[in-house]
Amino acid sequence: MLRVANVSAGYAGFQALFDVSLEVNAGESVAVIGPNGAGKTTLLRLISKLIEPSSGELTFEGVSLAPIPAHEVVTRGIAQVPENRRLFPRLTAEENLRMGAFTSRRKYAERLEQVYSLFPRLRERRQQLAGTMSGGEQQMCAIGRALMSGPKLLLLDEPSAGLAPVVVQSILEMVRRICSQGYTVLIVEQNIRLVLKVVSRAYLLDAGRIVQSGTAAELLAAPEIQKAYLGL
Amino acid sequence: MSDIFDIYLLEAVLNGLLLGGLLALLSLGLNLVFGVIDVVWICYAELIMCGMYCVYYLHVQYHWPLILAMLAAIGVVAFLGYILHQFVIRPVLSAEPINQLLVTGGVLFFLQAAATLLFGIEFRNLGVSLPAVHFGEMSFSAPRLIAFGTALGGVVGLYLLLTKTYVGTAIRAISQDRTIMPLMGVDPARIFAITSALGGAFAGLAACLLVLQYDVHPAIGLSFGPITFLICVLGGLGNLVGGFIAAFIFAQFIAVGGFFFALEWGYVIAFIFFIAAMFWRPRGILSK
Repeated sequence: MLRVANVSAGYAGFQALFDVSLEVNAGESVAVIGPNGAGKTTLLRLISKLIEPSSGELTFEGVSLAPIPAHEVVTRGIAQVPENRRLFPRLTAEENLRMGAFTSRRKYAERLEQVYSLFPRLRERRQQLAGTMSGGEQQMCAIGRALMSGPKLLLLDEPSAGLAPVVVQSILEMVRRICSQGYTVLIVEQNIRLVLKVVSRAYLLDAGRIVQSGTAAELLAAPEIQKAYLGL
Repeated sequence: MSDIFDIYLLEAVLNGLLLGGLLALLSLGLNLVFGVIDVVWICYAELIMCGMYCVYYLHVQYHWPLILAMLAAIGVVAFLGYILHQFVIRPVLSAEPINQLLVTGGVLFFLQAAATLLFGIEFRNLGVSLPAVHFGEMSFSAPRLIAFGTALGGVVGLYLLLTKTYVGTAIRAISQDRTIMPLMGVDPARIFAITSALGGAFAGLAACLLVLQYDVHPAIGLSFGPITFLICVLGGLGNLVGGFIAAFIFAQFIAVGGFFFALEWGYVIAFIFFIAAMFWRPRGILSK
């Protein structure tokens, strides 16, 4: 479904990704794990076309993403939950969800029901300003906002960042539920141990390069990962 | 004797209310554009001048019905707002604020000079005189009543647009987080263009109401441009609710101050209040 082929990218005077290749198939849940600053967020920004690659190619459902402007990526079926949630703080929870449906207004009512049944808490908070909600509620709202566009591929950037450990558990539980509902998910996460229990496959990104890949079980058992990232 | 005194004071307060409606409308477009795009249209009052000339020429020279001329003027100024954004603001969108002020200031002088060349320096009058409206012993000017009603209609219309529509919600959202708008499938450039046309449309609407009360000439922008900026700043630049409230406070100072002293003193008192308010709440009366 999504193919990233030999992609390099960076910002002025700084290269963040070197020759990265990965693939996500329909119905799969895949994680890109790695330490802070490995280039994980850059990778998702590339897929959403917020930045352009310096070389390499991105294709989605067999079509190159190169000529597509950032605001049309959503209509192709790729939605992103950005790092730190980035809700509109002075819009209500429901208005944030409405923004997510900007490109698919006719399905608004139907999808709003789906999101509310997935996150009943959001229905209670619908009239509350997003900036005043708790971290966990904000993360639900951010995921809900991305689901409102009816994506084929959902990109999640560090869903556990800045949340209390108890909340992290429940957010990842929700991610697991979303995966089991048939969404294709690409999730970027530092919390390696937890995310590997949710996804089926993962890539290890370090200093801008893919250094290892395999099934979640393989990576959990890999001695390098156990030593460097899991502290075993 | 005391009854008559009270009724004149009441008349002044009510006239202040009517003036407040007009000032609120004047500040609306400027405030909206600043709140969303973060650029101050220094030439805002000159856009209004263009709208006033548009109504004047279409109605007086080309004999269009007044309402039609006004609708056309709103459309023309909305288009000017769009052009202003695409050709003047867009290239300097990420430039220093001082450069943005300078380019829109340049447009101010350009429009003034162009109006002088095209239309001459004569004061032009629409020649429409609407009768005063009497309530008991109080009298109000009909254009002011119309301006007040239209201004309230404009405010309600804008409120509904911003809260009930997708584009309106996007306009509010983009002022809170510009960089993630593409993730919503929203092209920020398009929202900016729409906002600019909307700001222009409000300038056009203000032009229609002002041309009923005042003569048009190339420097007319100078007579209400500054007061429009003061109201926006008093309410907190970009804060639509603050600007709305500030317009009514300012108008009361002018009307009631003018009642107790002389009309000119009303403005002096209003400006003194503005200076004091800037020490008390430099970011606008609603700021904390």
